[in-house]
Amino acid sequence: MPDDQLSRIFAALADPTRRDMVARLAVGDATVGELADPYDVSVQAVSKHIKVLSDAGLVSQTKDAQRRPCHLEAEVFDLMTKWIERYRQQAQERYERLDVVLAEMRGDEIPTDHRQQGAAS
Amino acid sequence: MTPTSNRYQVSIEADPKVPMVRMTRDFDATPAELMRAHLDPELFVRWVGPDGLQTKILDWDATTGGRWRYVAGRDGEEYGFHGCFHDVGDDRIVQTFTFDGQPDDVALETLWFEDLGGGRTRLHAQSLVDSFEGRDQWLASGMETGVEQGYAKLDALVAELR
Repeated sequence: MPDDQLSRIFAALADPTRRDMVARLAVGDATVGELADPYDVSVQAVSKHIKVLSDAGLVSQTKDAQRRPCHLEAEVFDLMTKWIERYRQQAQERYERLDVVLAEMRGDEIPTDHRQQGAAS
Repeated sequence: MTPTSNRYQVSIEADPKVPMVRMTRDFDATPAELMRAHLDPELFVRWVGPDGLQTKILDWDATTGGRWRYVAGRDGEEYGFHGCFHDVGDDRIVQTFTFDGQPDDVALETLWFEDLGGGRTRLHAQSLVDSFEGRDQWLASGMETGVEQGYAKLDALVAELR
């Protein structure tokens, strides 16, 4: 996925209404009218949100049927969340190393650390 | 003793309005201990680098107005990072961060250690970069940078989707 598409995905999901729509579409396909129902906004406004999500590759609309239901491209969404999770995991690993350093600073016993134990006589 | 490290998870938010990332993480330690682990170079190198990479400090003056520089390396490959300590307080560190491979880009990082009582402290880390593109490319690059990415409420959204 090129960087500019990633930027578009992030920009698309920066809006709380669009995040709600993505959550709704994760349950199942829905028409623009159905998506507009829970919000105090016009169908036109929802269409604009859907266009932003479509441009980012997150949502597609079938062309044939008259209802033209919106469909969440789950693969694209999963890819982005995996990236975020990978970065979160890197931070998690870093801070688990810090946990060990902090425990040693306090003099807590670390099972793997037997340095200089019982060396004095 | 059983390691307690798995109890606390990193949480991440990316601000939708400014190119900033915020991260929090709790520790079984005091703010003073966490400050020391961030400012003492011998302690810092033991936890900052990714697993399997050796971190080597080249320059380190962890005082207000001071500077830092280190390289993380493995098998002859080295990644350098540098910046300035803008402000070193009692429970707060403000510093800049640049990856040597992208010398024109600089992040402004603020670390704040919130005393939760009972020997626990919450680390609040925020990082401001030049542009949304820069932030998102940082995410896409896969480079270990110390800046984490994500969107506000996205964790909750992802949880809803599962």
